[in-house]
Amino acid sequence: MSTKRPKSTTTTSKGKDKKADESSAGSVAGSGHPNDILPLTLTSATQELFGCRCDEDVTGDNPYKILRKEDIVQDMRMRAAVSDFSPMKQLVLDYPEDELLLVYDRDFIYGSSFYLVLTADAKERHLKPVVALGVEVALEREPSEVFAAQKTSEPQPWISLGSEQEIEEESVTDSRPRLKYRISRVRREFGAPIFFSDRNAMETKDGFIECTPYQDKNFSLKQMERHTGVQTIPNLKSSSTQTQWTYPRSMCTQYEPREFSEEKKENCLQSEKLKNFVNSVASRFEIAIQQNEIMDVFFDDWKALSEEDSGYGRKADPHLKEYQSFTDLHFSKEKTISNINWHPTINGVIAVAVTERLSFEDRINGSTKLLLNPSLILFWSFSDPINPQLLLECPDDVFSFEFCPSDPNIIVGGCMNGQVVLWDISTHVEQLQGTRTSGGKNIAANTNALQGFEDKRENETPVVRYCAVSGIENGHKAPITDIQWLPGTFEVSRMGVPMENKNGICVQIVTCAPDCCVMFWDIRAPRVLQTMADQRKQKVEEKPLENPHGVPNTFKHLDLTWKPLIRVSLPKIDTSGEYSPLKISLRDNTCDNHTGSNADRAHLNAERSEVAPEYALLRVPSAKQLKPLEDICTRLYAGTEDGELVYTDWKLEKDNDSGRLFSAKPSHRFIIHDGQVNTVRRSPFFKDIILTVGGWTFAIWKEGVTNGPIIQSSCSQKKCTVGYWSQSRPAVLFIGKEDGNIDVWDLLEKTHEPSQTQNITATQITCIKPWIVSSKQHLLAVSDHLGTLHILEIPWTLRSPSSNEKLSMSKYFEKEVDRLVYFEKRREMRAKEKKDYEAEELRKKTEPIIPEKQVEQILEEAMKEYEDYLSLETVILKEMGLLPDTDKVDI
Amino acid sequence: MAEVEETLKRIQGQKGVQGIIIVNAEGIPIKTTLDNSSTVQYAGLIHQLVMKARTTVRDIDPQNDLTFLRVRSKKNEIMIAPDKDYFLIVIQNPSD
Repeated sequence: MSTKRPKSTTTTSKGKDKKADESSAGSVAGSGHPNDILPLTLTSATQELFGCRCDEDVTGDNPYKILRKEDIVQDMRMRAAVSDFSPMKQLVLDYPEDELLLVYDRDFIYGSSFYLVLTADAKERHLKPVVALGVEVALEREPSEVFAAQKTSEPQPWISLGSEQEIEEESVTDSRPRLKYRISRVRREFGAPIFFSDRNAMETKDGFIECTPYQDKNFSLKQMERHTGVQTIPNLKSSSTQTQWTYPRSMCTQYEPREFSEEKKENCLQSEKLKNFVNSVASRFEIAIQQNEIMDVFFDDWKALSEEDSGYGRKADPHLKEYQSFTDLHFSKEKTISNINWHPTINGVIAVAVTERLSFEDRINGSTKLLLNPSLILFWSFSDPINPQLLLECPDDVFSFEFCPSDPNIIVGGCMNGQVVLWDISTHVEQLQGTRTSGGKNIAANTNALQGFEDKRENETPVVRYCAVSGIENGHKAPITDIQWLPGTFEVSRMGVPMENKNGICVQIVTCAPDCCVMFWDIRAPRVLQTMADQRKQKVEEKPLENPHGVPNTFKHLDLTWKPLIRVSLPKIDTSGEYSPLKISLRDNTCDNHTGSNADRAHLNAERSEVAPEYALLRVPSAKQLKPLEDICTRLYAGTEDGELVYTDWKLEKDNDSGRLFSAKPSHRFIIHDGQVNTVRRSPFFKDIILTVGGWTFAIWKEGVTNGPIIQSSCSQKKCTVGYWSQSRPAVLFIGKEDGNIDVWDLLEKTHEPSQTQNITATQITCIKPWIVSSKQHLLAVSDHLGTLHILEIPWTLRSPSSNEKLSMSKYFEKEVDRLVYFEKRREMRAKEKKDYEAEELRKKTEPIIPEKQVEQILEEAMKEYEDYLSLETVILKEMGLLPDTDKVDI
Repeated sequence: MAEVEETLKRIQGQKGVQGIIIVNAEGIPIKTTLDNSSTVQYAGLIHQLVMKARTTVRDIDPQNDLTFLRVRSKKNEIMIAPDKDYFLIVIQNPSD
């Protein structure tokens, strides 16, 4: 039926085969034909008889033919079995109406060329409902309109369309009547005893049925393809061996090189072989060594050239650039700066000592007012150019101060009244460090709950009071102009003998003042007062010491009772009286501490850096406990008020008569400068080169050369007020002038005038201090008379040394020394010559006048001489055998 | 003996020469102008170097032999003259 369906749908589209459609549409889906029609085949005779010849009477278009029942019956009677209608004889007879419909099944839909419609209803349906079907078809064609226009279908009796045939086929019905079997047995055999007997199965044929096994071909299939997964693994094999277990053991060997004993060496040296060897080989060496001397073959000239060249590219700006400037309206008004110091450890912090700008008379007149305004040391930080970070209070104007090299929290200063002052800023160090990084914000962040109190105090600069001063009667009688820390490698005993310093930290200070004294101070408690200190300690325990002004107790043991350790005076060499030193310079003595091992020293250093030592607990050790150090140079240079440079030894000598200690006379003294010597400084590159600045000139000295300065500058227009060596270039020094200029002298470039002059300020320059911040930044701190601190940046040309600069400088100095020596020699020679000349002159004058010889006497003498000569001539010729002689005898 | 001394003094007097060492064939120093520890160190190390250099030269050409070895370093130059029984080592600083 499914095959029939598509056919019907295709024919649906064609309008012509409507009627065929109807017929197939009318027929219900089923495998066979519907019940109300009967396909039959009509022979051509029958077809002619009934007038339904294929394709003539009945065509595809008109397949219907009405046949009279009577005709069919008659045909059946006439032809009986031969009639085509015979199989349906009964059906025809049963047909109610008179006319049967015969339909020409052109397409053999039902398997035959004709089919007979058996029921009247079907006939009606076939013939009549064209219209209805047409409508239906039209409806099928436009299904969208179907649902709207479709009539509600009424229930109709089920028309069998052939589907129940399948069901019937499936259902199980008896195809034949069931067979009944009846089995019976004679009654007497029931319950009879049974006798079993054996019977061999093999005897009788068919006694058994054998199922021989056979190879089922089904199971011998060879599998041609198979889907499997494969995984590869390395070939593993477990095996074991037995080995000898050697376990490591710590062992050590000690070896020493083979050496010959002395005798063997001697033997070898005497041997002939060695002699020959050395002789043969020496020439090669000499050639090689001389080659090296002549020229260094590996020296890269090209590269060396480029090093100098790189300077040209950046020669743009050789001037010192202003980096920052500090001045405080409140604290440094009407004041001047006397000294500057960079903080050794904290970057960007610089301290200046501010003093009054008054002459001596003015000071006396205004002394009461001065007492009310305390003198200060200001700490500036680069992060805050307006407010100083810390103020140190001083009893009087401070002219010089220094940070302790081993502990930067300790600062020592020398005052105008001759006192030595100590400060301890360890409590404020974090603040100083903090301000460097974050400016004022750090302080603001620290405000805690007490808003009212804290705010006011934190806007002000903290003030630190000095924690110890020396006793006025013990100290200097004049303003202290120079103060220095002794390096921590040695300390000085009461006799002035340098001893080893067990602590490794700086504990001693040297000061000098124009009262003709150089004093050595020790910041530890003196030994003598130990008992007293104990007593004092007890007192302290009884009543706790008040700590006014928040001063730390670091140096309480020294306060007001501090006495100098040694007092060195500088007696004049030729006359009586003493020199008045203004500035001193000690040799930088860092020596090896031979007594302590290196490990100890390192340990000490490590300790020192972590914990600030308790100065109160340190004691000056007795001189016997310490070992004196030999290789410390105890001589110092002092520049005086009169423009002299004095070279003296600080060791005290004992006067045998009175037992008092006194200082030896200075060994040398040089008058050089026309004014006060304001700078005596050693070069950072050469330990024995000293710069002195005073008056209108400056001079460079070499320690050990006692003829005079090796270099002395010409007089400049203005007074030189201060000088300093450059920290990175051995040949450069900075001189500050009275008119606010800084002269940069490059000794390898020019020595008759400064290589560069730059004006910094309008008044005189009071202090210059350079500082190396990093390899790219070198700063120069310059202070002037008006109290302003200028920070200048040193340009590249002035901070990077040219190649071999140190070597050139040392050669230059040697040359100058030679010059001096030569001059000295010449001077001596000249003096000697002069002396000889004068002596000669004198002699000539004092000699008696010799009478003139007479002429005849002269002639006589001349003749005698001539005769002597002739005789001599003959003698010689005779000896030589050249005489054309008459004496010879010819034989 | 005096001759040997004289020659050595002559070499020592040249400019830049820092030290001279005479070493025997086994590497034991015989005469030196440096301190003991340096001498021993130089002798041991240089002995090995010379042996290596000598075998190198002879491997390349068995008829050849090492006559002079100069080792130039940043700071100085070490010159070695080997022989059958002895070596002479001279250390010189050429740039001064």
